[in-house]
Amino acid sequence: MGDYIILAISCIFVNNILLMQYLGNCPFLGVSKKMDTALGMGMAVIFVLVMAGAFTWITDNYLLKPFGFEYLRTLAFILVIASLVQFVEMFLRKSIPGLYAGLGIFLPLITTNCAVMGVCLINIKEEYSFLDTLFASFSYAVGFAFALILFAGIRERMLLARVPKSLQDTSIGLIAAGILSLAFFAFKGMV
Amino acid sequence: MAKSVVQEFTKGLWAEIPPFRLVLGLCPILAVTKSVENGFGMGMATTFVLVCSNVLISLLRNVIPKKVRIACFIVVIATFVTVVELLMQAFLYPLFLKLGIFIPLIVVNCIVLGRAEAFAAKNGTVASLADGLGMGIGYTLALSLLAAFREILGNGTFTLPLVSTVIPVFPSSYQPFTFMIEAPGAFVGLGLMLCMMNMLGKK
Repeated sequence: MGDYIILAISCIFVNNILLMQYLGNCPFLGVSKKMDTALGMGMAVIFVLVMAGAFTWITDNYLLKPFGFEYLRTLAFILVIASLVQFVEMFLRKSIPGLYAGLGIFLPLITTNCAVMGVCLINIKEEYSFLDTLFASFSYAVGFAFALILFAGIRERMLLARVPKSLQDTSIGLIAAGILSLAFFAFKGMV
Repeated sequence: MAKSVVQEFTKGLWAEIPPFRLVLGLCPILAVTKSVENGFGMGMATTFVLVCSNVLISLLRNVIPKKVRIACFIVVIATFVTVVELLMQAFLYPLFLKLGIFIPLIVVNCIVLGRAEAFAAKNGTVASLADGLGMGIGYTLALSLLAAFREILGNGTFTLPLVSTVIPVFPSSYQPFTFMIEAPGAFVGLGLMLCMMNMLGKK
């Protein structure tokens, strides 16, 4: 149990996927202008990342490794993720329309979110067991959502500030992200 | 015709230089710019994938059905990324180790898919080749520039790409500005560069 708490803290704070590993920055800057969209994206990522982690682990261990196809990992993973996202989208639209309305537009964006692919690759690289993979994927996704929501809060406030013209929008966003990342730096050495 | 090809090539170098004018492909630019060597290597790998996938997709653009085009593009791109991965593993092993998971992640680099969708799917092969090459070189330039900025400030050195010769920029009494090498420095450095591009662009 203690191991899992350490794993969770390390994935959520110390190795935060957005601010420490620099993965998934395009949606980070793209959808963080409003709190609602940030929440939606965060939830969608948690949902997809856990499933993607599980499926890519199964693919890697039961399909690629036994036949010595590890060099096809990139190709296989992206196909698994893309079809998974498509499938989740169709399933939600049919059976849980409420959730679909909330997550809807963010789902297709997740395919090209490098956080998803990145976490799947990290799981394989760290040689996690299946349970560890599920847990690590979930924690990384929670870290993603956490950072995204924090950043959206900062950005909403930033709209009220007067920013020099050439620093506006993405530029000041990146600098704010840098400062947030500096704050997360304080977690280093905790685990 | 000849002129337009040149235009397609040069727009990637300044007018639409990828990470600044089109805010795409940010993850690798933040992650691999710790040293000039890494930044340059990543840029070249991305350029290779960009050029090859642009050419192949523009050749196949009349064959690929509209509805499943994104899936087809991703398969084409993933194939070339695998090629790069294997080539680097064979010939540039130290660099391969340093770039780590960011090489397979070229698949989900939005620049590659973005150019395939926005350009190669609608234009001829020669124009797509020029577009891919221009964008790739622009991206490499941007990566190298940010990497130089971070490495010089953060480490006081400048690593020549490919030959990996480390040139000290500051005397050894220089106290390295470690902030620049770490994660926060990447965000702040890119933000400041974006700001400079905006200032230059207005003139």
